[in-house]
Amino acid sequence: MRLTKIEQEMAAGARGSASAFAMEILLRYAEAVGAEELIEITQAHVDGCLYHGQVSLDFVELLVGKEGRVAVPTTLNVGSMDLLHPHLIRAPAAERSAGRRLMEGHLALGCEPSFTCAPYQTRFRPRFGDQIAWAESNAIVFANSVIGARTNRYGDFIDLCCAMTGRAPACGLHIAANRLGEVLFRLPSSPATESLFVAVGALVGEKSAGRIPVIEGLPPPESEDWLKALGAVAASTGSIALFHAVGITPEAPTLGEAMGGRAPSDVVDVTRADLAAALAKLSTAREGDRLAAVSLGTPHFSLLEFEALASRLVGFRIAPHVELYVNTSRETLAAITGSGLLSRLQAGGATVVADTCVYVTSILADLKGVVMTNSGKMAHYAPGNLGVDVAFGSLDECLASASAGRVVRLGLE
Amino acid sequence: MIIAALGLVEGDAAGALALWRAPLSFWGGYDSTTGRVIDRTHPAFGETMAGRVVVMPLGRGSSSASSVLAEAIRLGTAPAAIVLGAPDPIIAVGAIVARRLYGKVCPIAACDAAALAGLGEGTMVRLTVARDRLELVAD
Repeated sequence: MRLTKIEQEMAAGARGSASAFAMEILLRYAEAVGAEELIEITQAHVDGCLYHGQVSLDFVELLVGKEGRVAVPTTLNVGSMDLLHPHLIRAPAAERSAGRRLMEGHLALGCEPSFTCAPYQTRFRPRFGDQIAWAESNAIVFANSVIGARTNRYGDFIDLCCAMTGRAPACGLHIAANRLGEVLFRLPSSPATESLFVAVGALVGEKSAGRIPVIEGLPPPESEDWLKALGAVAASTGSIALFHAVGITPEAPTLGEAMGGRAPSDVVDVTRADLAAALAKLSTAREGDRLAAVSLGTPHFSLLEFEALASRLVGFRIAPHVELYVNTSRETLAAITGSGLLSRLQAGGATVVADTCVYVTSILADLKGVVMTNSGKMAHYAPGNLGVDVAFGSLDECLASASAGRVVRLGLE
Repeated sequence: MIIAALGLVEGDAAGALALWRAPLSFWGGYDSTTGRVIDRTHPAFGETMAGRVVVMPLGRGSSSASSVLAEAIRLGTAPAAIVLGAPDPIIAVGAIVARRLYGKVCPIAACDAAALAGLGEGTMVRLTVARDRLELVAD
């Protein structure tokens, strides 16, 4: 391992025992991934606020005890608690207290109280070419693919070690040559809809088998939120950290540039039936099933998404037994509160959840009925992790269902 | 036997071999309070791995697996050692953190797992993981 003078000092403890501790773990990790040196990063995104047991607390509180501070701007992923609306969380007192201590420990290290899985839609959004160390699968794929910033898939403990040292192992997607496309997906011509992007993401995730996918034939999205949805589900069905969409994402102005002039290792000619099948897999519930809740904002809703929702809630009446949850960051919540959008949403029956997500907390506990969502990611994970039946649908289908009190399909889009 | 390996976490261990052909995500697949495999799709579903020497092709899935393994090591419900077919940073980090925080060692090595194919499921072994090799003795 080749280390700079500063890195050697950190490892030796000359820059404090917290950064020495973080550097020790980071160097071990770098060895495991075969890196020969470290690179400087400009920011980190840490997914350390979800409680996985005593070890989660012990790790962060040890760094706090050593008076550690993060070395670069560091955003935090969702926590187990909605600190702004704590009454929404149905969890035992011990778990709530551990969740709160974790969030507070990270703040004591100097992390930003962003508590969002969409840090790319906050004021901390990185720029093209930035070297960053991010955790959270949907944030990683968005940063790499849609922005062209560079991160590997970081996770528990290591994300914080990168933040404390301002370094990451020099390997993988930090290196330009490793970012080229490998497998080509050719899409049939299709109208641009929200659901198309989710179908493509689900399919590409499933069929990429660890290779970097290039998507040809994707129509221009209405907003980057559709690419956010595509990446989030691709990262769920297939651990995708980077995709290229020809003519749309920044490292893929042309197919040739996306592939670096090489031929793809594999070409997948996608049919309309393949896309329909990929979408169908995201629903365990059937049309007509009784609905308990609609969950929007996995990943966290953006300002644009809130505006689109509010415009659809004019004259909307929610069925009495249905809850409509929208997850977002406290930064976006502040923006919609200030603009008066929030009161319009609440009048339409929506409950806005901040800092966390109904998917990771116990907000959805004890539901009798199906949860419907416009998130492919949530639809993929919820049956296994929450034990609920889900139906994936477009925003319009979700709202039509919330109004009818049962799963409604609006026909092929 | 001595096998060329990458020692991700060095140390000694002993236990009965558990030979897995399928990867496992410790997050969602391993109960750290009991040491039981809870992934219904995994061939070792329902078995307790506490104190076993687990040989697995590679890790899988969520990075939260690091936390689950570290928590299991803390509680004494983790495997005694893990031998991987390929280096897995997520599994390595869990064991590195647990050793650093609690002084509890779960040795992790990455090597060509075919070298262990001759040993049977349940064989009692003693092993030492060093930086560049795995030394293993069957009792």
